[in-house]
Amino acid sequence: MGAISESPLPFIFQDRIIDTAAFTQQLINGVSLGCLYGLIAIGYTMVYGILRLINFAHGDVMMVGCYFAFYGMLLFTLPWWASFLVAILLTALLGVLIDRGAYRPVRNAPRISALITAIGVSFLLENLGLVLFGGRPKAFYRPEIFSGIHTFGEVRVLDLHVWTALLTLLIFTFIYQIIYKTRIGRAMRCIAHDMETTRLMGVDLNRIIAFTFAIGSAAAAAGGIMWAMRYPQINPLMGILPGLKAFVAAVLGGIGNVSGAMLGGLLLGLIEILLVAARPDLAGYRDALAFGILILILLFRPTGLMGERLPE
Amino acid sequence: MKAKKVVTAFVILSFLAVLTVVLCCSKSSDTVKIGVFLPMTGGVASYGQMEWAGIMTANEIKPTVLGKKVELILVDEKSDKIEAANAVSRLIKKEKVVAIIGTATSGNTMAGASIAEEAKVPIISPTATDPRVTQNRKYIFRVCFIDPFQGSVAAKYAFENLKARRAALLIDQAQDYCVDLANFFKQDFVRMGGSIVSSTFCQSGDQDFTAQLSAIKASKPDILYLPNYYTEDALVCKQAAELGLKFPILSADGAQAPELISIGGTSVEGFIFTGHFAKEGATTALAKQYIQSYESKNKTDASGFDALGADAYFVLVDAIERAKSTEGPKIREALASTKDFAGVSGVLNIGEDGNAKKGMVMLHVKEGKFRYLTTINP
Repeated sequence: MGAISESPLPFIFQDRIIDTAAFTQQLINGVSLGCLYGLIAIGYTMVYGILRLINFAHGDVMMVGCYFAFYGMLLFTLPWWASFLVAILLTALLGVLIDRGAYRPVRNAPRISALITAIGVSFLLENLGLVLFGGRPKAFYRPEIFSGIHTFGEVRVLDLHVWTALLTLLIFTFIYQIIYKTRIGRAMRCIAHDMETTRLMGVDLNRIIAFTFAIGSAAAAAGGIMWAMRYPQINPLMGILPGLKAFVAAVLGGIGNVSGAMLGGLLLGLIEILLVAARPDLAGYRDALAFGILILILLFRPTGLMGERLPE
Repeated sequence: MKAKKVVTAFVILSFLAVLTVVLCCSKSSDTVKIGVFLPMTGGVASYGQMEWAGIMTANEIKPTVLGKKVELILVDEKSDKIEAANAVSRLIKKEKVVAIIGTATSGNTMAGASIAEEAKVPIISPTATDPRVTQNRKYIFRVCFIDPFQGSVAAKYAFENLKARRAALLIDQAQDYCVDLANFFKQDFVRMGGSIVSSTFCQSGDQDFTAQLSAIKASKPDILYLPNYYTEDALVCKQAAELGLKFPILSADGAQAPELISIGGTSVEGFIFTGHFAKEGATTALAKQYIQSYESKNKTDASGFDALGADAYFVLVDAIERAKSTEGPKIREALASTKDFAGVSGVLNIGEDGNAKKGMVMLHVKEGKFRYLTTINP
């Protein structure tokens, strides 16, 4: 960096009093960002829980989901809700296809092969996106219903904040119910515990894994669409940073644990926002902070806040 | 069996080798190769795509130099410093270009500058405004004004026209351009008697600015100076409107991309910035010819970045013409003595320091369009 060679921009400290209104506003900002991280982190954590695979393409799947929604509205002139639904379904399908085409062939290979494949898929999606959608950012439409703003004194709440929180809760509960209350969820947990034995018990592994990818990708698409409405600008590389942050959130909460991912997301969102609130002069280092947290967690509590001890 | 394979491979390789030689020799004799490196993808892809469209229009208007056809070779620098350095090195070593146009941003131009400097191949940048780009370098030029001028015009406008006394800054600290420009603004604004009530930072690619904006709101400024690129600018304005920030936002040449308006929507109404070119303020004959040709081809209004892309091309071709040579040192001498060149964005002079002396325009957003306010001469 270094401004005009030798004189770096001096940090300015002002004795600011953080009043209640400003603090509440920052809390709302943080929870809203945290919900988005959490939604994306759920997909990471589900796939990891079952396959012990860090699906680095997850953020890019989210990006493709946003483009599906974008083109659904633009080219097929679908109403926004239909377009979002179709986008979520198509993204679920994309998740299944990625698993079928890229991960299933290396299912029995060493874990590192699958990891490298995931990075490959990530690059593939990003560059395919650049070719198909172009490198310039596109404006994402925010439907009227999400656009309202409520003012409570100095504090402002967007309808989108409320919707994000509600939908996050809904999707989280739905996935939680699937995993802990259904037969297919039981099969998923069995695979996570011991893949070989589950196979011997006559469970169709590939079907269950495909289902996991479908659910994880659908959650990514839902998170992505909400992300795109919140920050209404989509480009083919938009998935990278949210993807990495969601990964940090998943590890923070305990990777493999769906509630942990949600908690990790919320915490990460709050920590990031509150750091900037407390020290605006350090705001440029918030990504560094997020990845610093990742390093600390991996050093001192690799299983995360809610993680169970790994079987090995 | 093995021997047969080796022979086949050898035959194919030699065939390819001959083909390459034939292809490149048949081309290089009757064209002048000019390299172009621009961000065609990534965070500031709009700059690259606009400048490239401008360069191509300029190439149509003036397709030859020294009686030969100009061959443009484009390499994408992907809005990335390392890719920018690689692009310059590829253009010089592999494509053997005689001179290079590029790139849109200051940091990335600097990333490629030392390679060109060493190879004695001139680079002319359309829009790298940071003063350090050309400092202590002989082969680096630009056709745009530099940031001390831009910062002081913005500070003066804020202080005198908008009567602002308390300014807040939100700076993209990953970009040399933004950090330096903020500093120039600050120096002048403070010297005039204003104060900076909050300095906050972000990083290129950030999408959430609510925390910074809430902090800025708490510091009660009269104006926000936002010397960043258009994607961040648009999202900042959007979130500022949502958080109920009422003061004006002032920005710089990096804001002039159509995405600012398509993404920012109604939240960028009243957004003011210093820029390179507005077609309503165009005066030269070349500008009129350019605007007509650009707009009929691209179906969009000519604006700052494409016009400067075109100017970089026109100035370079003019220099090659005057140098009567395609040797780097001779083109360099000709570039450094560009006098009263009537380009698209106005009349400009380039001196030994590599910088262009020229005017600046103020623009604002009104009814969803960039509108020309005034021209300021140095």
